[in-house]
Amino acid sequence: MTSLPNSPLYELYRMMRRIRSFEERVAELYVRGQTAGSMLHLSIGEEGAAAGVCAAMRPQDSFTTHHRGHGIFLARGAEPKRMMAEIAGKEAGYCHGKGGSMHIADRTLGHLGANAIVGGGIPHVVGAGISYKRLKKDAISAAFFGDGAMHQGILYESMNMAALWDLPVLFVCVNNQYGMGTRVDQATRVPQFELRAAALGLNAKSVDGEDVEAVFHTAQELTDAARAGHPGFLVVSCFRFYGHGRMDKSPYRSSEEEAAGRARDPVKHARAALLERGGVDSAALGALDAEIGLEMDATLDFAAAAAPPPLSSMFRDVYAVGQPEPEPLRTRLERVLARA
Amino acid sequence: MRGGTVTEITYRDALRKALADAMAEDDTIFVIGEEVGRYGGAYGVTKDLMPRFGADRLLDTPISEPAIVGAAVGAAMTGLHPVAELMYVDFLGLVMDQLANQAAKIRYMFGGQIGVPMVLRTQGGTGRSAGAQHSQSLEAWVMHTPGLRLVMPATAEDAYHLLRHSLTLPDPVVFIEHKALYARKEQANLETPPVPWGKAMVRRAGTDISIVTYSRMVHTVLAAAETLAKAGIAAEVIDLRTLNPLDMATVVASVERTGRAMVISEGVLTAGVTAELAARISEECFDYLEDPVVRVAGEDIPVAVSPALESGSIPSSGLIAETVERMLA
Repeated sequence: MTSLPNSPLYELYRMMRRIRSFEERVAELYVRGQTAGSMLHLSIGEEGAAAGVCAAMRPQDSFTTHHRGHGIFLARGAEPKRMMAEIAGKEAGYCHGKGGSMHIADRTLGHLGANAIVGGGIPHVVGAGISYKRLKKDAISAAFFGDGAMHQGILYESMNMAALWDLPVLFVCVNNQYGMGTRVDQATRVPQFELRAAALGLNAKSVDGEDVEAVFHTAQELTDAARAGHPGFLVVSCFRFYGHGRMDKSPYRSSEEEAAGRARDPVKHARAALLERGGVDSAALGALDAEIGLEMDATLDFAAAAAPPPLSSMFRDVYAVGQPEPEPLRTRLERVLARA
Repeated sequence: MRGGTVTEITYRDALRKALADAMAEDDTIFVIGEEVGRYGGAYGVTKDLMPRFGADRLLDTPISEPAIVGAAVGAAMTGLHPVAELMYVDFLGLVMDQLANQAAKIRYMFGGQIGVPMVLRTQGGTGRSAGAQHSQSLEAWVMHTPGLRLVMPATAEDAYHLLRHSLTLPDPVVFIEHKALYARKEQANLETPPVPWGKAMVRRAGTDISIVTYSRMVHTVLAAAETLAKAGIAAEVIDLRTLNPLDMATVVASVERTGRAMVISEGVLTAGVTAELAARISEECFDYLEDPVVRVAGEDIPVAVSPALESGSIPSSGLIAETVERMLA
């Protein structure tokens, strides 16, 4: 396999590096006090799942993500500046500051929404699958979620419908070993999640998320099959390097466990594979990393300097433009007090 | 002048005709739910639609209410216009995440980029001894959630026109039918709506008191108004038709003329629709009111199976007439 720049692995490495750099800047923005709140869930350690699966998707495909979805959106083509601005609650963000980290979406990139309810976005890809089948679109829809969602009923309802109706849908479980502070083995007797999906008639596979090429190849098989009307399920095992959110210092796990988990690093793994195969040296990769770092530094400055949304935008988008709108409290008070 | 011919039709048949006419006009509309196709709907609303429109547009589902609503949300986000049928409004307890956290908030959370044009058709209310889990009036749960339109038709004519219009809207609509009205036969003009969607309607004009209600209670209140007329009291009866949007202008104009207001709902009293209506009328019509706004609503208890307990726990025309007479005495 060639490892010249623009080889598949080089591109996957580049995307993973961008995700990690972006997530590091999110943490920095939080430390600076410039994020909107602390509900920020970093996907460091999970880059193999995001980059690998998304590389097997096509531009016309759609997807939903869980609340730890920054990496997935970047891998589907998001512009880092608009993402960071959204995370900071700014007007220039993808959702004009109304969605933030956990509810980011972009219609043009097929992002049907990140979701802050565990499992909440999963049935939406079933609906998208119904649409694509009815409208004869050559597209699939993928739901990304964590191992926590494996214990939500709506996942099984959704997988059952997708299988029953032969929908062009893929379910992707990013198993980072933790649902908040609860480890997989503390939540189930059957951590082999692919068995559950197979039992419902889905094309079910598992793959090691440290190896982004393996993720990509397995996902490619599943997206090809889904496009032909055979819905799939993929569980990508990885390790969440840091706490659940920014406030979580992970007191529920040992430093040994963390060290072992962080040793399963998809970015380092890909870098080592690139160097081993030759054609690119560590100086070239260092230059790439630095270039990405500069790009992501610029996202920080952009988000920090961006303007907040105007207060008047508060009442916008509850309903479609031109539909009856909610009456602002102050308007109502003026009317009521004018009578008094 | 309102044009169009008048025909006799049941509430159920008017709903079916609304679905069929809308589906014939708009290819993106499809029905998804339990028993909507082969079976024809638990209350027969979608009967005989399957042979005409096919299994792709009458999508029979497993018993999975959250995913029915969730799949409808996803289909609405990607180019179709779903009608999700929830067999009983009581099952809102199962689907509230997809309805309140997803459908209602997607347009707002995503900054206006993505809408959810869908109708959730369901039915509620008492009248069939269906018990505590199949007889509730849960419209207050929906009304308490910004982002959801809420429609509750009282007549066959409204069932038709309000559903047709709901299926042209860009936002999610919860359309709650009343199980005791399906067989009700009426003279209906299905060609021209009586008033636009979103507007309340004066069902009976009067000068002594304004009685505001919706859904089946419209008929209960009209019966009470008939009794009151014999006692020389002229009650004005207002049918809200939609609870979101809420047409307060029609209500306020009426109360300013009559000076008295009573609000009626089959749903339980506390923190219910009547609480909202009473508060608004009190704020907006304070200078015009001769009496406090009086609420008559369902008892603050679950619905019992026994027909005696069931009918005894919701407002009756007798109680409404008696209460009005005491107010005016």
